[in-house]
Amino acid sequence: MDHTADGHTQVVREEEAIQHPLGVYFKIWILLFVLSALSYAVDFYQVQGYLRWFLILLFMVLKAGLIIAVFMHMVWERLAMVYFILLPPVLLLTLVAIGSLEADWTFFQRGVYFLKELILEAPASPHH
Amino acid sequence: MSTETMAPDSLELKPGLAGFFDDWSSDQRAFKGVPWGKAMMWIFLVSDTFIFGCFLASYMTVRVSTLDPWPSASEVFALSFGGAPIPLILIAIMTFVLITSSGTMALAVNYGYRKNKWVTFWLLLATALLGATFVGMQVFEWSKLILEEGVRPWGNPMGAAQFGSVFFMVTGFHGFHVSIGVIFLFIFSYKVARGHLDDQTQGWFTKRGGNYEEIEILGLYWHFVDLVWVFIFAFFYLW
Repeated sequence: MDHTADGHTQVVREEEAIQHPLGVYFKIWILLFVLSALSYAVDFYQVQGYLRWFLILLFMVLKAGLIIAVFMHMVWERLAMVYFILLPPVLLLTLVAIGSLEADWTFFQRGVYFLKELILEAPASPHH
Repeated sequence: MSTETMAPDSLELKPGLAGFFDDWSSDQRAFKGVPWGKAMMWIFLVSDTFIFGCFLASYMTVRVSTLDPWPSASEVFALSFGGAPIPLILIAIMTFVLITSSGTMALAVNYGYRKNKWVTFWLLLATALLGATFVGMQVFEWSKLILEEGVRPWGNPMGAAQFGSVFFMVTGFHGFHVSIGVIFLFIFSYKVARGHLDDQTQGWFTKRGGNYEEIEILGLYWHFVDLVWVFIFAFFYLW
């Protein structure tokens, strides 16, 4: 047994477990290049509207997934750690929801306010 | 794998969901078979996710709520190499540089676990240099925007004033992360080349013996930096 100072032996275990073949890294690397090129193409060819947003999000999610899963070794981790890492950030969606409600309201209020200013500041009609 | 090399508590590790409940209810450490440095790095990265998440959520809020038109990133970040300006080309190159560095980092981790000292060293050095290239291009991007385009945190000639504040805050914070990563990549390529990870030489700060696991932990940070860029690229530059 190769105990370290704090009595843990996982050092050896970890190193034995982590001998992944190199091929998987090269494949993911190429995929990341292709996906980046595709997301750049979305802008280069000026795809607009819902299709643009859909493609941007699709390529973003695929790239992020590949990086987390393979480059950050998530697929080889135990679920105890996977859930600890992936579930808390989902809470950020709450923040996004609140933020978008707030932003719409602010946009509306600004519209009303600036419209009022425009009307009040308009030069008096020559008929009066 | 021989059982002698396994920790006593990892002998009956269950796979899947049963393992998840077992690990978390074991009344011991929850992350079985994970070096504490790696668990700590993940905890840090989850908290960093919240920082960048807050940045991007506030960016969404100011962009939706402004009445002025949002400047077109495609045009602002266009560059011309003698001919017609190519849209967003600088950012595209930066993206490819960062992805290349992520690939060399992943290979460095792999060769580290194979105890291949010199390949690990060269791959780490390549990652550091690619990271430095990225920061250099960001410096160019910032100076072009500040000096030539007149972009300020409080306003710019192209449209909504919030464009500048979001740009400097988000890319600045990300660039800071890259810079810290580059420093640590240089430190660790030095440590690898000197054989500190083979000899388990004590670090000057933590006094822990060197180990190739540290390369994986450094790799987690570096991949996270690349990961954040994926989101910035999508939401700030492409949206």
